[in-house]
Amino acid sequence: MTVVERVPTDKVVVEGMTGDAAIAHALKQCDIDVLAAYPITPQTIIVEDFQKFVANGEVKTRVIPVESEHSAMSACVGASAVGARVATATASAGLALMWEILYCAASMRMPIVLAVANRALSAPINIHNDWSDSYGARDSGFIQIYCQSCQEAYDTVIMAFKIAEDHDVLLPVMVCIDGFILSHNVERVEMLPTEAVQQFLGVRKPAIALDPDNPVTMGPLALTDYYFEFKEQQDRAMARVPEVFERVESEFEKMTGRRYGRFETYRVEDADIIIFTHSTPGGTAKAVVDALRERGEKVGVVRLRMFRPFPAEALREVLRNAKAVAVFEKCRSFGAPSNPLALEVRTALYDLDERPLVTDFVIGLGGRDVPPSTIVEGVEKTKEYLKAGRAPLYETLGVRK
Amino acid sequence: MSKRFDEIPMAGIIIEPGNAMEYKTGGWRAMRPVHTDETCLWIKNGTCGLCWIYCPDNAVRLIEENGKYRYEYDYDYCKGCGICANQCPTGSIKMESE
Amino acid sequence: MAVRLKDMLKREPILSSGHRMCAGCAAPTVVKLMGMALRGPTIVCEATGCLEVATTIYPFTAWKIPWIHVAFENAAAVASGVVEAINAMRDKGRYKDEQVDVIAIGGDGGTFDIGFGALSGALERGHKFVYMVYDNGAYQNTGIQRSGGTFPGQETTTSWAGKVEPGKRQRKKPLAEIVAAHKIPYVATVDPYHYRDFITKFRKALEADGPAFIHAFSPCPRGWRSDTSKSIELAKLAVETGLHPLYEVIDGKEWIMSGPSKRLKELRPVDEYFKTQGQFKHLFKPEWAEFRAWIQEEVLKDWEELKRKCGVS
Ligand SMILES: Cc1ncc(C[n+]2csc(CCOP(=O)(O)OP(=O)(O)O)c2C)c(N)n1
Ligand code: SF4
Ligand code: SF4
Ligand code: SF4
Ligand SMILES: [Mg+2]
Repeated sequence: MTVVERVPTDKVVVEGMTGDAAIAHALKQCDIDVLAAYPITPQTIIVEDFQKFVANGEVKTRVIPVESEHSAMSACVGASAVGARVATATASAGLALMWEILYCAASMRMPIVLAVANRALSAPINIHNDWSDSYGARDSGFIQIYCQSCQEAYDTVIMAFKIAEDHDVLLPVMVCIDGFILSHNVERVEMLPTEAVQQFLGVRKPAIALDPDNPVTMGPLALTDYYFEFKEQQDRAMARVPEVFERVESEFEKMTGRRYGRFETYRVEDADIIIFTHSTPGGTAKAVVDALRERGEKVGVVRLRMFRPFPAEALREVLRNAKAVAVFEKCRSFGAPSNPLALEVRTALYDLDERPLVTDFVIGLGGRDVPPSTIVEGVEKTKEYLKAGRAPLYETLGVRK
Repeated sequence: MSKRFDEIPMAGIIIEPGNAMEYKTGGWRAMRPVHTDETCLWIKNGTCGLCWIYCPDNAVRLIEENGKYRYEYDYDYCKGCGICANQCPTGSIKMESE
Repeated sequence: MAVRLKDMLKREPILSSGHRMCAGCAAPTVVKLMGMALRGPTIVCEATGCLEVATTIYPFTAWKIPWIHVAFENAAAVASGVVEAINAMRDKGRYKDEQVDVIAIGGDGGTFDIGFGALSGALERGHKFVYMVYDNGAYQNTGIQRSGGTFPGQETTTSWAGKVEPGKRQRKKPLAEIVAAHKIPYVATVDPYHYRDFITKFRKALEADGPAFIHAFSPCPRGWRSDTSKSIELAKLAVETGLHPLYEVIDGKEWIMSGPSKRLKELRPVDEYFKTQGQFKHLFKPEWAEFRAWIQEEVLKDWEELKRKCGVS
C-alpha cells in the first residue's frame, strides 16, 4: 500500500474549469498509457483537451483517434490486456455503439476508466442531458459513479483507476457527469500536484497480461460447462468494490481532505421525506431542502454516487426511518413498472417490515430544465400520496401534458 | 473434472499454452493414413515433407535420428482428412478404413 | 527469406494439435505457415469465427503464443490498442521486449464485412501490425452464410440455389485491392498450397514499415461440400483458375504478380474449380450456363487487368 501524505495547500493549483476539462486534467495526471476515443458532444472537450496535452508533449500517452466508439472500447481492451493504463470517454450514441464491447471489457476484467458525459439517446436526436445512455449500460459489469461537481469529477477519475486496477476488483469504471450542465459549466477545481497523483496511483501492475514470455489465451469460447463460473467470479469482484472503494477513498482523504462516499446524505436525520437522486439534480435538491426546512418541513436528500454496485444495504439504513422516499430520475425505462433508479430503491427497501412509500418522478428528459419548482412539485405530490397511503408506480414531471 | 469458480483463473484466461493437446481428436477418424517407407522422399534423403507441411493437425512426425530418417503418425490427433495422402508426390501414403 | 524444410522442422508450431477445426480444414495449415514466418515475440488478436472458436474451447487452447479474442468486428481495433499500449509502455521504459509483432486475424466475414470499418480505420492510422484474413468464402462458423467474400454462383444458406436463383449473384468484393488503395506499405494474397510464397510474403508483411495485409485463401470442406483430402489442392486450383491470383502491392502502387500466378501460361477454366465442390453443383444445370459463362468472363477480365497492373504480358 502506498503511503500518502496531506498535500500542502500551496502545492494545490486552483483553476476555473469545465467538467470535461477537469476530467482531461485528471487523465493527464494519472499518466495514462493509452487513450482511444471518438468525438461526441458533450464529451468531446475531454478528448480535445487531452490531444492538446499530447501535442505539447505534456504527456507520454499514445492516443488512438479511432474511427468509431466501438473501436474505441475495443482498442482500450487490447491495450489494457497488455497491461497499460487506459481510458476513453463518450456519451449517448457513442456509448450505445460501444455497448457490445462494454460487456467484453468488464467480463475480460479490464480496468478501463470511461468518462461519460450523460446525454439523451436518439430519436429525436438531442445533445442534452439525461441518464438514458449510462442507465442502459447498467448491467454491463462496469462500476458506475455519478458526479455532482467538476471537483468531484476530477477526484473521482483519479480514484477510479485505483479502484479498477485493484486486484480484488479488476473491473472497468464509468465516471458520469451531466452533459452540458457539468461538462460545459466552469467551476472552481483544486488540482493536486501531478507527483501526488502519481504517488497515489503508482504504475499499473496487471494480474495477467498478454506477454510473449508467458503466453496466455484471453477471451476463449466458454460454454455451458464454464461460462457461469466466470460470471460468478465477476459478480464476486463487483461485491468486493465497496471495501476497495472505502480503502481508496480513505487514502484519498488523507491526501486531500475530501471524501464523498458511495452516496451523500443531506439533512436526512429526522427527515420524513427523503429526496433520492444523483448528479446535478442533487445540488438542486439540496437547495430545495434548505428552503423547505426554513418553512419547517422535514425533508432531506440522499445523493447517490455509486449506482453500480448499488449500495442497497447501506441505503436501507439511511432510508428506513423516512415516511417516504421521492426518487427523481432522468430516464424512462419504457414498458417497465417504474424506472432504473426507483427499481433499485424499491428493491433495497422491500425486505423491511415497515417500508417508506416510494414515489418515482421521471424528470429532465432530453435536457429539459429541472428547476427547484420541479423538485418541490414532486415533494408536494409525495405528501399527498402519503396522506392517501398510496402512490402511482411512477409519473413524469415537467412535460406538457 | 469441471472446476469451481475459485479454482480457475479469472475471465476464462487459459494459462497453459497449447493444452489442447489434452484433447485427443484421433477418435474423429474414419480413414487412417498408412505410410510406406519405400518411396518416401523424407526417408530416402530428408527432403519433401509436404505431408508434414500441409497436415492441419500436426499429426505427421518427421524424425531425424543419427543421420537416419523416420516417419510416424500421431494417431491421437490425426483426423483422417487425407490431405497428406492427396499431396504426397510419390504416392507413399494410402488411406485405409479404420 | 529462404524457406527450407529443415528450418521449418526446427520451429515450434504456434498452434498445437487437439484443436477442433473440422478434418481437412485448411485454416490450421494457414496459421501453421504464418507461424513459420514469425521473426520473434508475437501477439495475436483474433476475430470471432471458426478459427477462434475451434482453437480455444475452454478449458483448452491450441495457441502457444499470446492470443486475445474480444469480438467479431474489432480485431483490427484490438490490435491497434495492443500496438499502442506496447509503444506507450516502451516510451516510459516499462516494456522489456525490444520488438513484439502484432497480428490480427479475421475470417472473410469479420474482414470483408462487419470488421471492415475497424480494419480501414486501423490501416489509415498506420499502426505497425499485420492483418491476415483467412478467406473461406462464407460465414462458416454460423452455418455457411454468404459474405462479401463469397464468389458469384456460390450456394450458401443465405444465397440458395433455387429454381430462379443461381446462388450468390454478386461479385466478390475485391478486398486486397481496396486495402491496397489505403496505400499501406504491403499487401499480398497467399494460399496454403504455395507455402514458400506464403511464408516469404508473410515475413515481408512483418518487416513492412507500417500496416500490412495478407489475404489468405482457406478452403473449407464442410461449407464447400468438398472432399476433406482436397483442401490444399483446391487452394492451388483457385490460383490456377484465377479465382485467387497471387500478387503483392507495395505502397498501393507497385503491383507484382507472384511466381505461381506469373508462371501460368493461361488460366484453367473456372468450371474445373466449380466441379470439385457441392456448393457450385447447381451451376452445371442448363439454366445457369449463361451465368456460369458470365463468371468466367469476369474472371478473365479481372485477370487481364491484374496482369496489366503488374506489367505482365
Ligand atoms: C456482432 C456479431 N454479429 C454476429 C455474430 C455471429 N457470428 C459469429 S462468427 C460469424 C461468422 C464468421 O464468419 P467469418 O468471419 O467468415 O469466419 P469463419 O467462421 O467463416 O471462419 C458470425 C456471423 C457475432 N459473433 N457478433
Ligand atoms: S490424414 Fe489429415 S490429419 Fe491425418 S496425418 Fe494426414 S493430413 Fe494429418
Ligand atoms: S509427402 Fe510423401 S514423399 Fe513427401 S515426405 Fe510425405 S510421405 Fe514422404
Ligand atoms: S466449417 Fe469450414 S472453416 Fe470452419 S472449421 Fe470446418 S472446415 Fe474449417
Ligand atoms: Mg468465413
